[in-house]
Amino acid sequence: MLSSQHFGDPGKMKDYHYTGPVEHKFSPYAYNGGTVLAVAGEDFAIVASDTRLSEGYSIHSRDSPKCYKLTDTTVLGCSGFHGDCLTLTKIIDARLKMYKHSNNKTMTSGAIAAMLSTILYSRRFFPYYVYNIIGGLDEEGKGAVYSFDPVGSYQRDTYKAGGSASAMLQPLLDNQIGFKNMESVEHVPLTKDKAVQLVKDVFISAAERDVYTGDALRICVITKEGINEENIPLRKD
Amino acid sequence: MALEDVCSFKERPVQHKWFSFSSLGDAAIPFPKSDYYNLRLETSENNCGVPLHFFIPPLPHSSSFINRPLSSFCPPKNSMTVQRPFRLAHGTTTLGFIFQGGVIAAADTRASAGGLVACPAVHKITPIHSHLVVTSSGSGADCMLWERILIREIRLYQLRHGHRLSIRATAKLLSSMLHPFKGTEMCVALTLCGWDNGPKLIYVCSDGARLQGDVFSVGSGSPYAYGVLDRELRWSLSKGEAISLAREAVFRATHRDAYSGNNVDLFHITAQGWIVTVMRSVKTNLCAHEKKPRNL
Repeated sequence: MLSSQHFGDPGKMKDYHYTGPVEHKFSPYAYNGGTVLAVAGEDFAIVASDTRLSEGYSIHSRDSPKCYKLTDTTVLGCSGFHGDCLTLTKIIDARLKMYKHSNNKTMTSGAIAAMLSTILYSRRFFPYYVYNIIGGLDEEGKGAVYSFDPVGSYQRDTYKAGGSASAMLQPLLDNQIGFKNMESVEHVPLTKDKAVQLVKDVFISAAERDVYTGDALRICVITKEGINEENIPLRKD
Repeated sequence: MALEDVCSFKERPVQHKWFSFSSLGDAAIPFPKSDYYNLRLETSENNCGVPLHFFIPPLPHSSSFINRPLSSFCPPKNSMTVQRPFRLAHGTTTLGFIFQGGVIAAADTRASAGGLVACPAVHKITPIHSHLVVTSSGSGADCMLWERILIREIRLYQLRHGHRLSIRATAKLLSSMLHPFKGTEMCVALTLCGWDNGPKLIYVCSDGARLQGDVFSVGSGSPYAYGVLDRELRWSLSKGEAISLAREAVFRATHRDAYSGNNVDLFHITAQGWIVTVMRSVKTNLCAHEKKPRNL
């Protein structure tokens, strides 16, 4: 199903008036929407994504989660162009296996982040159209979140939202988790249950205001016991 | 890789062009490598210091492209990249200057992608070794990767030759590593601030410029920073005055430039090495200024 929309404005069609002859070029990219979020706590990390896969005005699937389990302590969330997400996760899985066989140990979250940065930058001149966020536990067992741009620039954060509703969610997270822009507020450390509840609330808000986010929410909670997945329904309209 | 060696795996070259860009010590790679999926399939004898392989997409009018003589370090020019549907991180204010107490390097911490603040707390000043820091501006991913490559090459040189590369030589090395990308959309403008037999400040840019000087400011907010610096910069500044001057210059630039903001990172490099000053939000500067009586 080829979409003929112009990808400067995802989802917006040009107005119905004649603007002159237009040359349509094949674009190798498409925009499939979706939102990803990751939060790091003292001894846990949460990676959550919605499960809607859309293109233009259509919804391809209501059950296409964007969290991919990489190791027992690391989950990758990727949104953007679904084709590139699939290829990127295949490449990462292959590289993880190669590392495991060569070095006889699993890759740590920090190492996966550094590797993903070089994989993305090797395609600097034909980028993967993917917004990645890695959530996991570092070597000391503390929560870690690494956020990337499509060409591989990355850094470690406490929380990050990526994807179509990221501009709406990030200020909310700054306020609730980072206690930014608030006067005289006690900085309470985030517990796991409070963080999960916050993530659910934040996605419900995102589904209200962003057309590409909705259907269901998949939350992966990473602790030293392992990865626990939960599915919560969201608005389907 | 061990698995590949055990399986005696030999990759057949494919028609996709895959240029490798190497640094010191690596003469012409005779054949384009075919590691299409970036799986690092290198045989052990080819592991001669190639920092990164890039995938160049084949151009639509590829007949002229194939007939070009294959020069291994030259990516094809003029619009070789695919149209990107997203913006990359850009926009900054960084500055560096020399005074009697060493070198000061300062930068803001905002990374913007189009109109969105992608990250409010990016570190734009990175230490390379104990006596050299580099301030970066331009595209965030490009700067981050090239800093990593530079750190790697400097360390390798030190291990191979037993002494540290001088700052001027580091600048020349960086400039020659960036040269194959001249004309592409890669945008890297780094200022090397360091100390070897005296304070040094060298500006290196992906357009090919390599300039040594006493004061540089780079980025979208640099005109504002230059205005503040030119007024009060002297060789005889004390350390405290120099630090507050640098902070003031970046603060004024963040005030006027939309793409700079958030905090100010500051490094001071002396003969003993670099020291980082604690980041303070520009809100503190703003409140301090609001309290001063205004002379109208």
